[in-house]
Amino acid sequence: MNEHQQTLWEFMQQQADKLGVQTMQHIGLTFISLFIAVLVGLPLGIYITRKKQLSGIVLGIAGILQTIPSIALLGFMIPVLGIGAKPAIVALLLYALLPIIRNTYTGITGVDGAVKEAAVAMGMNKWQVLFKVELPLAMPVILAGIRTATVINVGVATLASYIAAGGLGEFIFGGISLNNTNMILAGAIPAAILAILFDFLLSRLQKLNFKKIKGAVRFAPALLILLSGLYFIPSAYGSKLTAGFTPEFMGRQDGNLGLISKYGLKIHTIVINDAVMYKAAQEKELDVISGYSTDGRLKAYNLIVLDDDKKIFPPYYAAPIVRGDALRKFPELEKTLNLLAGTITDSVMTELNYKTDYLHQTPERVAKDFLLSKKLYKPERGGHDAVVRIGSKIFGEQYILASMYTMLIKGYTNYDVATKTGLGGTKIVFDAMTNDQIDVYPEYTGTGLLAILQAPPQTVTRLQVSKDSTYNYVQAEFKKRYNIKWLKPIGFNNAYALMMREQQAKELNIKTISNLKRYLDSK
Amino acid sequence: MIKIDRLVKTFGATKAVDGISFEVNEGENMVLLGTSGCGKTTTLKMLNRLIEPDSGTISINGENIMEQPPELLRRGIGYVLQNNGLFPHYTVAENIAIVPNLLKWDKAKTQKRIEELLGKLHLDKKYLNVYPNELSGGQQQRIGLARALVADPPVLLMDEPFGALDNVTRSKIHREFLALDELKRKTIIMVTHDVQEAFELADRIALMDKGKIVQIGSPSDLLFNPKSAFVRDFLKEQHLQLEFKTITLNDIWQHLPPAAGDKNTHHLPAEAGVWDVLEKFKFSPKEHLDIINKQNKEVKSITFDELMAAFSKYKNHQAHE
Repeated sequence: MNEHQQTLWEFMQQQADKLGVQTMQHIGLTFISLFIAVLVGLPLGIYITRKKQLSGIVLGIAGILQTIPSIALLGFMIPVLGIGAKPAIVALLLYALLPIIRNTYTGITGVDGAVKEAAVAMGMNKWQVLFKVELPLAMPVILAGIRTATVINVGVATLASYIAAGGLGEFIFGGISLNNTNMILAGAIPAAILAILFDFLLSRLQKLNFKKIKGAVRFAPALLILLSGLYFIPSAYGSKLTAGFTPEFMGRQDGNLGLISKYGLKIHTIVINDAVMYKAAQEKELDVISGYSTDGRLKAYNLIVLDDDKKIFPPYYAAPIVRGDALRKFPELEKTLNLLAGTITDSVMTELNYKTDYLHQTPERVAKDFLLSKKLYKPERGGHDAVVRIGSKIFGEQYILASMYTMLIKGYTNYDVATKTGLGGTKIVFDAMTNDQIDVYPEYTGTGLLAILQAPPQTVTRLQVSKDSTYNYVQAEFKKRYNIKWLKPIGFNNAYALMMREQQAKELNIKTISNLKRYLDSK
Repeated sequence: MIKIDRLVKTFGATKAVDGISFEVNEGENMVLLGTSGCGKTTTLKMLNRLIEPDSGTISINGENIMEQPPELLRRGIGYVLQNNGLFPHYTVAENIAIVPNLLKWDKAKTQKRIEELLGKLHLDKKYLNVYPNELSGGQQQRIGLARALVADPPVLLMDEPFGALDNVTRSKIHREFLALDELKRKTIIMVTHDVQEAFELADRIALMDKGKIVQIGSPSDLLFNPKSAFVRDFLKEQHLQLEFKTITLNDIWQHLPPAAGDKNTHHLPAEAGVWDVLEKFKFSPKEHLDIINKQNKEVKSITFDELMAAFSKYKNHQAHE
């Protein structure tokens, strides 16, 4: 890496357009939701000062809303409100409610009883008491609540990017996924400045004396609406289909950048979190999404993978890898593990993942059912010749594969098996192997190439052409560097993929990414 | 005239006001006196419907107040609170103008009236645009009074109006209160727990206990003809001082020596209480003080000893009646 390290300033200058749009979206989201929260919270707060028996319930509910994790709240909203601005605004509004209701209630109940009594005794009706006495005197407390709500909203609005509502979260979460510090800071610093700025301005408003506050309060709604309007300015574009990509996919060469440079794909793209992306595709909020080709959700939500006909996504073929020592120690091992070679296709793996992830069957049951169907299953021999240690990473697919290997070894050999499943990420499981803690685990060619070997970009481009060249490269390099052997591939390729709803893809006759481009370009 | 008939108010299990009836004449200053929790404040607040009675009737000038819209009723009744209840977010002028604004007076009329009142209450015009928290307690209480008086209501309700003031300020305001011509025409009902204050300001006193009126009458009635041991005990500690304040020179005139004084010098009128004369003796080095009976223009010159002797004779005389 002798490339010039880009500074934060350069990054911000280069991305000034995006930064401006995101900042405006951020301010807009914050204030639209704040405005509605005031419209709802203020009358509600006033109402519960009149009906004190309701105050406990109302404040309780607002308090519970406050404790729901933001991403969960956003997730709940998708089936009802879809993705984009609407659910984000509703979620932010719910977070802003508590401080506004509570401070309105506290402020009004805190007004000196003698002053209220004097107001009534002089012949004011209840509305005059409210508008001439209670609200003006409670205003500093109410403003403090609005101030708290504003700062909360600026913070939570970063999460709006999870559901494609834009805002500075796009940079922050994109930066985190891509391990790009400049990108994180380009989002985080403006967000922090916005929070500090609004907090400061509202604190000034709070400190104004009674005379000036009258004018300021009258001016505030207009300002709120103006700031809210910022959100709508940048969103005047569209295309026939809408794509939702994860922040990581957006920034990767073997992701959106590749789609643009190799395919010339021009599609209206929004940034969205992986957790809600599939659901949004099913709900027809999105038409094209980025995902993993063997994800169980493909089946759960009736999605199909578009063929990557120009090979921009590197292959991630799965194969068991074994330490050289272990192969010598357990002569029957290689033959046994290779029983599975070529048996599991993409669609089969998707089906198996679907069973564990969505039907909540145990990986053992899924593994056994599969082996039975392939007539590979044999009852345990109960041998104790030696112990083979099998590892796996911490996701469903790996658990299923580990279970299959366990059953095969116990059925076909006299070895016993110890499993060490759920080893965090690639680094953890691979370190376990090089440190002689495990003997075998399923790995992917792409991961081996990029994460473990960290092959240079030119090599990656060269190898991407076919699955065999990648496999051959990692096999040779692993042997040379680590004395680890890649056995035969299992068959499926768990790579990045573009997906669409099956029905829509059929209607539009789209099977490959090139088909998609042609459809988008046609008038 | 205010007529209160069999008024009852209960809060939970306690009977705060237990079937009281009394009348207040026009222009009269009626003081409701009693300890905390005797029901005097509850009674007062029922008069402008800040508290609604459970039963009983109240009529002002023959009209049942329960049949009037409460807001309109209240705009016609002045109300002064113990802690003044001024609006902290309103200037002095805005505070006084609250009722005129509710009554939709025109600005000039309101302004004129406010200035007039400030003059009568010895407040400088420079205070018009300051906020209440910039004023002293005594000034705040005067503004509270001005606010109650501004629309010239015939009836004034005062809830411990001077209770939050220090003694010096309080006696100063008492004197202004008695001298203020605005108040002379008004029917005033005042609540206090301060016996001295009641005796100084009241035409009649209603002494209350446990939600009932124990005795109602003029200060000297309560002092010299207590109806029960409760009344006697209530006044016992300050009895002598109250006597000095209640008995006037007119009362003891016949017991004073007949020596005529100089008709042309400065005289103390015989309406003055014995207490006032004693104070004069304290501050004046003269041995003799000239007093005048305005009805028969008789002038007497008295010494301290003669005054005390006359007071004592009067008291003996009362006791034998």
